[in-house]
Amino acid sequence: MAVSEVQVEAAVEGFAERAPLATVVLGLIRRQPLGAAGALIVIIMILMAAFAEFVAPYDPIANNFEDMLLAPGAKYWLGTDEFGRDILSRLIYGARTALFVGFVAAFVGATSGLVLGVASAYFGGRFDLLFQRVMDVFMAFPLIILALAVVSILGTGIQNVIIAITIPFIPNCARVVRSNALAIREIPYIDAARACGFSHARIILRHMVPNVMAPYLIMITAFVGQAILLEASLSYLGLGVQEPTPAWGLMLSGGAEEYAESAPWIAVFPGIGISLAVFGFNLFGDALRDVLDPKLRSR
Amino acid sequence: MYQYIIKRLLLMVPALFGAAVLVFFLMRLIPGDICDLRIGGEGGYRDLEMVAACRTEFGIDDPMYVQFLEFVWGFIRFDLGTSMWTGQPILYELGLRFELSLQLAIMTTVISILIAIPLGTISAIKQDTWIDYVVRSFSIAGIAVPSFWLGIMIILGLLIYTQAWFGTPWMPPIKYVPLWEDPGYNLSMLIWPAMATGYRYSAVATRMTRSALLEVLREDYVRTARAKGLLEKVIINRHALKNALLPVVTVIGIEFAFLMGGLVVTEQVFNLNGLGKLFVESVINKDYTLTQALVMLVVTIFIFVNFAVDLLYGWLDPRIRYA
Repeated sequence: MAVSEVQVEAAVEGFAERAPLATVVLGLIRRQPLGAAGALIVIIMILMAAFAEFVAPYDPIANNFEDMLLAPGAKYWLGTDEFGRDILSRLIYGARTALFVGFVAAFVGATSGLVLGVASAYFGGRFDLLFQRVMDVFMAFPLIILALAVVSILGTGIQNVIIAITIPFIPNCARVVRSNALAIREIPYIDAARACGFSHARIILRHMVPNVMAPYLIMITAFVGQAILLEASLSYLGLGVQEPTPAWGLMLSGGAEEYAESAPWIAVFPGIGISLAVFGFNLFGDALRDVLDPKLRSR
Repeated sequence: MYQYIIKRLLLMVPALFGAAVLVFFLMRLIPGDICDLRIGGEGGYRDLEMVAACRTEFGIDDPMYVQFLEFVWGFIRFDLGTSMWTGQPILYELGLRFELSLQLAIMTTVISILIAIPLGTISAIKQDTWIDYVVRSFSIAGIAVPSFWLGIMIILGLLIYTQAWFGTPWMPPIKYVPLWEDPGYNLSMLIWPAMATGYRYSAVATRMTRSALLEVLREDYVRTARAKGLLEKVIINRHALKNALLPVVTVIGIEFAFLMGGLVVTEQVFNLNGLGKLFVESVINKDYTLTQALVMLVVTIFIFVNFAVDLLYGWLDPRIRYA
């Protein structure tokens, strides 16, 4: 290694040391208080999902007919459902289902949209026109109905729910990314890359995709929240995750409505769980947009 | 202008054709067909001859391209055919539910506008103050709260509070009566789902109003208005808001299009017999003709609303010219 490189690295390290993590975090909290609150909710949720076995007080699936429909109290903090299952434990395990569906659907949907959107902008011409019309058709299809059709074809279950939720995300992300990529295509470095004889795939993936990361990251955080909501809606309709898997939407169907008057806690807490999770991701996504998109920073 | 309208109308053709292809093949990808369901039921014994006769009756045993051409030709002539499941003309089935869904979509849109524009404006004027934070949190919460859960909570609240105040629990009526026949009864049924979904849909519009207004308030002409001593109220109401509403109109227009037929879960919660519920039933019953007609209806509304929004742009902002 050359001496100059070592010096540069040392200088970079020194620069990094000047802003310790705590200062950065405190700065972010001051500048983006709502975003920091969102990040906190998201982190708590991830920890809850990851360590569900240690955090949850009871088994989320085991029926306990001696303790059916108990109101929130010292033994069961959030009460029990019509099968005597602890609602708090089901909520904690439900976070795992929600986050799994949310992250996978958001990542796969946004990433496919990213590659397709950039490719559409890069190739332009007829390919772009045709691609845009296909995207138009998918955009005009109401999201829940597309999901309904996919679940009818592939059947219920967690993987199929993820597929059903992912498909409508692709055109959404592709469209936003394409409009950003159109501007990048006109910058001379792309012509330079082409003149060097690089393949289309290399230009798209190595030279264009990194430059549309900001809208991509913003879309991903927005999609996680949307996916959690959609999963809840599909499970509520009986088209998503199936019993006895703990899932928030599923907890709202069946018993929740049946016992709404006598045991309202069955319906109240899962809804708060869904709302809080999506709220957290949206706050975080908003803050991320402000930080990543300098045009919006003043607003 | 006319050229633009004709071009836009022509561009609708490929989008509608794409939707027709998508729904046609999507429906046929679902395993089993209506004859399996009608004659055999779920996994039961089925008389193969009867199933074959049923398929001939509905034309499901025709080659795919024949079925597809018949469907497209029917759509071009506005002849939607009859529902495979109920045997009634599809126009009759749609007519029964269209009024309810349209009224609910309009009421939801009105509620969301009434929430969004004042809140978005206040939030923009009081940018980065506690009022702004409260409004922004309120609107982000609107996107986060599932409207079907809000619906359940509204019903629960109604039951508990009517029980406490009047001694007997009251639930919104279930049977639809048109607005002009009995306005009180009609509104007591539809105001709750409209509130549950209106809050959710207001959230996006509130955020859009806020950010658009913030942008307009930084324009030179607003500074000029301030420099000549106009009241802040006049500047916002007469000068800024009108220009800021442009993107808000787009959001509201697109949301309205989605509301027609997209309220599947809300209709389920409030037990409303609208287009969304019909959609679910038709997919579950594998009623090809009805599902196809519904998808084409919703997609057509979506495309036309988008078109209307684009035309409205030119009217709201004379700087926009169509070429």
